[in-house]
Amino acid sequence: MLGIGIMKGLVETARNFFGSYTSKQRLTTVQFPDERLLQPEATRVFPFLVYDTDDWEKGLRCVACKICEVECPPRCISITKSADKKPDYSGIYSGKPQFYPEKFDIDVSVCMSCQICVEVCPFEAIKMDNAFELSTDDRFGGLLWQKERLAKPNSYYQAIHPTDAAESDAALAEKKAKAEAKPAAAAKPAPEKAGAATER
Amino acid sequence: MSPETANLEEITERAAPGRGVVEPVPPVNAEGEQLLEVSMGPHHPSTHGVFRMNVVLEGEQVVRLKPVFGYLHRNHEKIAENAAYLAAIPYTDRLDYLCSMTNNWGYALAVEKLAGIGVPERAEYIRVIVGELTRLQNHAALIGFLMQDMGMSGTPLMYAFREREKILDLFESLSGARMMCNYMRFGGVRVDTSAEWLRQTRDLVGEFPRFLDEFESLLMGNEIIMGRAQGVGVLSPELAVSAGVSGPMLRASGVNYDVRKVDGYGVYDRFSFRVPLGDHGDVYDRYMMRVLEMRESVKILEQALRDIPAGPIMDPKARLRGLRPKAGEAYGRIESPKGELGFYLISDGTGNPYRYRVRSPSLINLTILEDMCLGRSVADVVVILGSVDIVLGEVDR
Repeated sequence: MLGIGIMKGLVETARNFFGSYTSKQRLTTVQFPDERLLQPEATRVFPFLVYDTDDWEKGLRCVACKICEVECPPRCISITKSADKKPDYSGIYSGKPQFYPEKFDIDVSVCMSCQICVEVCPFEAIKMDNAFELSTDDRFGGLLWQKERLAKPNSYYQAIHPTDAAESDAALAEKKAKAEAKPAAAAKPAPEKAGAATER
Repeated sequence: MSPETANLEEITERAAPGRGVVEPVPPVNAEGEQLLEVSMGPHHPSTHGVFRMNVVLEGEQVVRLKPVFGYLHRNHEKIAENAAYLAAIPYTDRLDYLCSMTNNWGYALAVEKLAGIGVPERAEYIRVIVGELTRLQNHAALIGFLMQDMGMSGTPLMYAFREREKILDLFESLSGARMMCNYMRFGGVRVDTSAEWLRQTRDLVGEFPRFLDEFESLLMGNEIIMGRAQGVGVLSPELAVSAGVSGPMLRASGVNYDVRKVDGYGVYDRFSFRVPLGDHGDVYDRYMMRVLEMRESVKILEQALRDIPAGPIMDPKARLRGLRPKAGEAYGRIESPKGELGFYLISDGTGNPYRYRVRSPSLINLTILEDMCLGRSVADVVVILGSVDIVLGEVDR
């Protein structure tokens, strides 16, 4: 009989409508922004620069090797390397002085949140943030983030991505232990700097 | 003469000497009566993006249809040719933005062929799992959009998006992004799946048939759908094959061709699944293909989630940076939800491809739009276009 199929469909919509009062499965919406869903740990939005200790300028892990600048697909990172070296304030480069970024800009209006800068960074210096409410009324300056804005402490990274941060800390500790063991055994220069120079 | 003062004759003379100004000729029928020419799109809600059709109408009937595209052209191929092999992966996400996982897979497959990189067992299984999840969410969304094109005011679309949301949540907790996943790498995948993620996926796959049943009782046998879809936009198997149509559209016309079966890329030869085939090649068959394919995808997912082995997820020889394949060429193709998605790469031994070409199923499936629409009304054109399943990011690139 004509109309049976339509009636069946209407029964289904009615079941969904009345079911939404009792079943959480059928009512999946939340009242944003009063209610918020928890972000998964892996969520990524824009990159930030990790620093150790409590001084962002001295403790910045970035050594301005420019790998991320070259590998960034939309080329949204711009780095100027410093002329002088800063002391190893955070103690992750086995006491050797390092270059630092004089300028580290990310144009977040160009960034496409692909995470490739994080993957290619050999120094665990750049990581993905999960803050997403970032609108601004200044479309030029407000979207070009300088290193002052990008720098976030390692404790922040540990708070937003606990699993990844634990891995990253372990990798750094291992690297440090290796670097300390090497000169003690053979009195050679630390291998990580030589590696960084060839990779550049 | 300066450009400001040049008139139409002078501009034409400069562009094509001796040709003269060609006045646009209004379309006429055999009796010499003027026909109506309608420009549908690029901002028409039924065109699934920025796509335009120049439709010539005689009364209600379509007598000519010219698709116009290029509004979303982003120079994808040339960008990829000027970047490292790695840097093209996030751009492939943006081709068919509903199915970023399968786009990644097609490109990774081509680079793996080019550079001779293997893929570990576990990574192959993860690829199958995320690829089939992508197929589920694409087909669910497509049916929703198709129903909206038929005027079903959003209910099927909302139900489909409710399910798609769950799959996107899985993608987000795995890769960090809901749609632009950027998940696969040459030689494997980027992050391993946790036991928790696999458990959630098993739950979802176990629940999914219930949604399909609900969808079926909502839509199956609906007289309005049958009236709008059956016998509309018939595509003959001969025309489909000669035009290079692929995917569910080709199979709706009754041609048994599925790259998963004929190529057996990845580990697809290990799973038992059927390839649903249509009879009539009309809009209804194309819609049914998607419903049946979702059922088959659920079967594949169940098998893959049961058999997934432990082990590494990246080939130890694979390198992220500085990949320089030997000079040569490779074509990697997969069965994306929309059809055969192929990436053709030529390497000249440097760090970026010499030629990078995407064979996008949406564009090629769109070429026979006019043949399907002739003699139908404008309302049918909307439904036929909806059943082709295009994403303009892939058509225009």
